Amino acid sequence: MRFLFKTDYRQDLRLFKHGGQVFWYGALLLALAAAPWLLPDYWVSQLIFVCIYAIAGIGLMVLVGFTGQVSLGHAAFLAMGAYTEAYLQSHGWPFVLSLAFSALVAGATGIIVGLPALRVKGMYLAIATLAFGFIVEEGVARAESLTGGNAGKMLGSLEVFGLPIDSDQRFYYLVLFFLVLVVLGVMNLLRSPTGRAFVAIRDSEISAQSMGINLARYKTTAFALSAAIAGIAGALYAHKIRFLSPDQFTFLQSIELLMILVIGGVGSIYGAIFGAAFWIVVQQLIVLAKDWLPPAIGQQTGLQPTVFGLILVAFVLFEPMGLYGRWLKIRTFFQLFPFYRKGLFRRQKSYMKSERLK
Amino acid sequence: MLQFLQLVASGIAQGCIYGLIALGFVLIYKATETINFAQGDLMMLGGFLGLTGTLALGLPFWAAFAAALLVMLFFGMALERVVLRPLLGQPAFTVVMVTIGVGYLARGLVTMIPEWGTDTHVLPVPYKDQIVSLGGNGTEGGLIMSMEHVVVIAVTALLIVALYLLFKHTRIGIAMQATSQNQLAAFYMGIPVRRINMLVWGISAAVSACAGLLLAPITFVHANMGFIGLKAFPAAVVGGFGSIPGALVGGLIIGVVETLAGFYLPEGFKDIAAYIVVLVMLAVKPNGLFGENLRKKV
Repeated sequence: MRFLFKTDYRQDLRLFKHGGQVFWYGALLLALAAAPWLLPDYWVSQLIFVCIYAIAGIGLMVLVGFTGQVSLGHAAFLAMGAYTEAYLQSHGWPFVLSLAFSALVAGATGIIVGLPALRVKGMYLAIATLAFGFIVEEGVARAESLTGGNAGKMLGSLEVFGLPIDSDQRFYYLVLFFLVLVVLGVMNLLRSPTGRAFVAIRDSEISAQSMGINLARYKTTAFALSAAIAGIAGALYAHKIRFLSPDQFTFLQSIELLMILVIGGVGSIYGAIFGAAFWIVVQQLIVLAKDWLPPAIGQQTGLQPTVFGLILVAFVLFEPMGLYGRWLKIRTFFQLFPFYRKGLFRRQKSYMKSERLK
Repeated sequence: MLQFLQLVASGIAQGCIYGLIALGFVLIYKATETINFAQGDLMMLGGFLGLTGTLALGLPFWAAFAAALLVMLFFGMALERVVLRPLLGQPAFTVVMVTIGVGYLARGLVTMIPEWGTDTHVLPVPYKDQIVSLGGNGTEGGLIMSMEHVVVIAVTALLIVALYLLFKHTRIGIAMQATSQNQLAAFYMGIPVRRINMLVWGISAAVSACAGLLLAPITFVHANMGFIGLKAFPAAVVGGFGSIPGALVGGLIIGVVETLAGFYLPEGFKDIAAYIVVLVMLAVKPNGLFGENLRKKV
């Protein structure tokens, strides 16, 4: 068991708490960097999806997990990023500029969506974002001159600083780079005053407000940042898929992102990454299982929603802290061995908190 | 003018469906302050049960209708007992996620049931293809409505009256009101809050099944028909979440606006009219038309 003696305030702010973390994260990064050489192409392609989903998930996590604002329309920000990227690329913008601009456009949209957040809370906000998601979906389908409408839009081949990204291997490194960038960025954000204000708003709006936190400003910032990260994910997604159509950015996509967070564990960056990895792995397992199961079950189109619905319900009921919480429990078990108590992570039972007061 | 009235009439029929689903949301919201995202899927299950009742079991339509409502009543209660009760006292977001999961599960499982599957089905009803003419002289110049729409409006009205009587004049209805106003106080007064919540979920499921059965002759019965439930959110918000008459009025507004937008505005506005209305409503009057205007005090 490891004891951390803190002798300096800066120790609290460090990204890596101790040498063990530096070693293990370094090893993980090496393993990820070596992955394209060791794994077959198909797996690399799936790893790319894991990275893209993880970026989008981290974007949503900033909003849901750290600021406590629910969004049911995050696919709209993905769509904004993806279509901006596709449009700018077809107009000959270099990748770095167009990606930055996609994030900017998505972030600006996030500010617009964040505006109702200043007036409404909880599920009203959820419904406002849901409404917004539908409007963007329909708008994308109708704005044919920009987006190609329902017929879809093709993307050209990608080139970064003159280096053609023509294989999955190369694209994987690009996506991994952005994932690491986003993770580091959000970790930095969380130890900054802004990030702490987000967490304070999540935990109690009233007490945050009385500590001098400007709710309107920080909520809008959270929406903008979250949307901008989702926009980056959308732009990368556009280059991976190379064909965009409005039906890739539906309400169900927004829900899937939320499911990724809940399965991974709401409230930590690990959660978004674990959730994204789990999501892709289970999808692949379902595809594999189709050949093994009797055709009466295996060939059903409803198999995937059933499995995901079941997993989601099971996680909420039995492991509300998600995969990350499970990992935390296992780790604590070994760290404290043999003193782990069963009730160490028990969910606190609270009386129903009412928004209505009479 | 007549054309306008014609549109309004069919909008009202459509709005009744939204209103009924919104009513399901509102009942659950009032009782437990959570939103049931599986409401549309409960509606879909109701439609499929009606289908089985009439086609597979050969019941007459109205008997199948009643049977489906009864089954859904118990299904809703079972759902509360098994899935929702362990989450009592958890944040609303947790419950939202679990109901989303239930919705996925329902949509997936329905396609695996042999007779139901992924196909679209037609629910045979005794009042198919009949036309009612209101006003004018005989069949000329009057307001023409299809029987399906008339039945939707009539049944909705009946259901509302029944619910009104239940809430105003029965012991259990008054207990429900008390629970929705203050759970703890109701509990101290000896009201079995958990059982009341269970019953509310049952009633809510039955109401949305009713919506599904009424909608079935107009559209079709299929696994994804529950997505119409997403348009009932705007209805509930416009009426003011937490108000039963509000849910119905909100549904009617959404239905009429949607139908009119589909006719007078360019293509594409029909599908998003409801969402534009709700965004305007949230910007202007977030508590909705009939909402309780309560602020949390420190």
